[in-house]
Amino acid sequence: MATGIKDKVVILGMGCSKFGERWESSPSDLMVEAFEECLADAGIEKDRIEAAWFGAGIDAFNVGSSAMPLSIALRLNYIPVTKVENMCATGTEAFRGAVYAVASGACDIALALGVEKLKDTGYGGLPQRSRGVENDMYWPNLSAPGAFAQLATGYQAKHKLNKQDLKRAMAHVSVKSHANGAKNPKAHLQREITIEQAMNAPFIAEPIGLFDCCGVSDGSACAIVTTPEIAKSLGKENLVSVKALQLAVSNGTEAGHESWDGSYLKTTRIAAQRAYNEAGVKNPKADITMTEVHDCFSITELVTMEDLQLAEEGAAIKDVLDGTFDADGSNPCQIDGGLKCFGHPIGASGLRMLYENYLQFQGKAGARQLSNPKLGLNHNLGGFPHQNICSISIVGPYR
Amino acid sequence: MIGITGFGAYIPTARLQKQAMVEANAWFDGGLKALGKGERSICNWDEDTITMAVEAGKDCLSSLGSNNVDALYLASTTLPFLDRQNSVVVREAINLDPYIRTMDVSSSQRAATSALLALLEAGSDNNSLLIASEHRRTKAGSRAEMLWGDGAASLAVGSRNVIAQYLGGESVALDFIDHYRGEDSSFDYDWEERWVRDEGFMKIVPDTITRLLERCELKISEINHFVFPTDQARTPAAVAKKIGLNPEALVDNGLASVGAAGVAQPILMLCAALEKASPGEVIVAVGFGQGCDALAFRVTDEIKRLNPARGYKGSLANRRSETNYNKFLSFNNLIERDIGKRGEADKQTYLSGFNRRKDLLNGFIGGKCRECGTVQIPREKYCVNPQCQKLDSQDQHPFSNASGTVMSWTADQLTFDWNPPAYFGMVQFDGGGKLMMDFTEVEEGKIDSGAKVSVHFRIKGFDSQRGFVKYFWKAVITD
Repeated sequence: MATGIKDKVVILGMGCSKFGERWESSPSDLMVEAFEECLADAGIEKDRIEAAWFGAGIDAFNVGSSAMPLSIALRLNYIPVTKVENMCATGTEAFRGAVYAVASGACDIALALGVEKLKDTGYGGLPQRSRGVENDMYWPNLSAPGAFAQLATGYQAKHKLNKQDLKRAMAHVSVKSHANGAKNPKAHLQREITIEQAMNAPFIAEPIGLFDCCGVSDGSACAIVTTPEIAKSLGKENLVSVKALQLAVSNGTEAGHESWDGSYLKTTRIAAQRAYNEAGVKNPKADITMTEVHDCFSITELVTMEDLQLAEEGAAIKDVLDGTFDADGSNPCQIDGGLKCFGHPIGASGLRMLYENYLQFQGKAGARQLSNPKLGLNHNLGGFPHQNICSISIVGPYR
Repeated sequence: MIGITGFGAYIPTARLQKQAMVEANAWFDGGLKALGKGERSICNWDEDTITMAVEAGKDCLSSLGSNNVDALYLASTTLPFLDRQNSVVVREAINLDPYIRTMDVSSSQRAATSALLALLEAGSDNNSLLIASEHRRTKAGSRAEMLWGDGAASLAVGSRNVIAQYLGGESVALDFIDHYRGEDSSFDYDWEERWVRDEGFMKIVPDTITRLLERCELKISEINHFVFPTDQARTPAAVAKKIGLNPEALVDNGLASVGAAGVAQPILMLCAALEKASPGEVIVAVGFGQGCDALAFRVTDEIKRLNPARGYKGSLANRRSETNYNKFLSFNNLIERDIGKRGEADKQTYLSGFNRRKDLLNGFIGGKCRECGTVQIPREKYCVNPQCQKLDSQDQHPFSNASGTVMSWTADQLTFDWNPPAYFGMVQFDGGGKLMMDFTEVEEGKIDSGAKVSVHFRIKGFDSQRGFVKYFWKAVITD
């Protein structure tokens, strides 16, 4: 019987580039920036890496297809490299590949790297792209904010909410992330904003306004993973280990069957429960002490708090406004600024979240260091509320 | 007895105020001020001759209460495709049996009356369908732009439950060139309207009517409703005077409400006449263009039972005022717009893929599971019901007349749309089935979760690089 991933693999080192509008940097530059930090942190020679997983979300606009861009950028030694793509869950997918490889015993040390170069498209927001030959014939030409605005109107209808009340809670989510991002020198957006600014910004896709949207950024993040035994033999202390790695992928039920009402994320609920089971988490509110969730839009973060069981169903607005998820709240969320302010280079995001966990558990998070983090949860959501990929990882101190 | 057995109509809901057109263009041509009263219908960006034809055809079928027809003729001079039979697209969208005769009839303003004559004189037992639809392009600032409108109308022809018996028809074929449009032109070229009136309408129409009355053994005084389509406001009265027709019999040309809708105009007016007519009354309808058609009908008692869902009156009443002349220019591709980088994306339709999805795309056909009864769209291999998921268990299930409820929605300012913001959302259909789809004809502030919708065949997008038009179904708020 399967025993799960808990405590079988630890993080040997991590790196993360500065996120933002990196006009001067190519995808290779970004990969090297993250990798050099990671390699130095791991304290090993490059040749110790036996296999790599490479994540990039939107090929046509950045690195090109296949695993070769990573192997070439890092001059890897002809090791096996696997390219993964799973929309916004891509970074976590790369990590999952590397972790499973080590856990299986197929290799001792593996690399996961995610990168995205979004700012070569010539316009704001994510690039316009095909959704497939058949889908393009009948799907609405929906943008990402347009897709997630559906979650806001669906949630509002389900809980019979006043538009302004929901908008105020959404604004609080963004104001909190801006405050956190202002303390993070690697974040794309490092400026605080006010509730009024967030509430009065122009609509991008009603009711989502400018400040409800995350940054569209260039960036890269990576991790080198190994077994606890090897990490110890290399003299590593304060080991951070993987407690759970879960993925839930929509099968079309939400999009086409009346059993889903559009007010929550079915995949997140499923992946969260599986992850809690794998990590042995009985009481998420008490056990999970920091979260990095997929706040592509403020409404996504708000609803995700319920889907992760960190707020009661229908109560996220109150908890958000009460500051539960603020830096000084009981369950701080996006302590690094989140997608909102750290930025969202798609393929790198899952690894960027892990990077923050890793820093926090090692006490290296600087001005935003939390006092006593126990377990950190990272959540990615790729696609649209009505059909998506949800990845969840839980990490914490080894044993 | 053969004759008309049903009718239906469609007029785009947007009505451009002529005063707004005058304000935009009178600096250039002061004469336009004289035409500034009332409004005209304009296609939305996602409407064209085919989409309007589908609406009119659906309306006509609703009056018949049956989709069982033997033939479908589509009459228009503004067919979106020169080579891809447009009537076949309409056939699929209104869910007619594929084993029928279809034909596009074009090249003249009397295309619809000529097609109608052909159907009436073919003598089929079962019903046939004529749809006339027109979306004429006009140059900015022209008189035609002020006088014309967009619209469609449909008639069913058959020998059972006849509402207007066909008494006879007359045609004359004359190369009288009041206007023309060459193969490579987008716009008509026309000659002086006084000459068109005196040498065209005033000579050709009376001659045709005289021959028609002789053929049908009718007296001019017996005509109760006279359908005479033209964009010349005073000409019908002048013709009536010349032939001794009671001016009360003239059916309104709709120049201040719809505009002259080209090939569709005589059929729209015939629908209007049928809505007003009493049993026993005589209707004469004229089509004018390179000669003239004239048809005589006598209304029967069956007229009392006929009740199309919308009809001409309903179409006329379903309106919203549009005062933005620039939108009209934009929707009709009369100006070069900055559509932004998001508008540049390649819109190619992959025809083999289209063919696989044709039932969904043209007919809005989904599935109904034989095992669990779940209605769903699109129809995939496995049933969507998580408790069922049976393989190949679904029969075809049409959604083209479905109603539904808005579950979630947005007004997207970021994505490309010809009429931003792009409204779309999740629609839960009554009786089952759920689909994320585009909304059209949305008035700001009038959409919310819980609103009721109906579905309509519309333009999804244009592949201007390759000259293709992509159609799909969109939701329209009904309450």
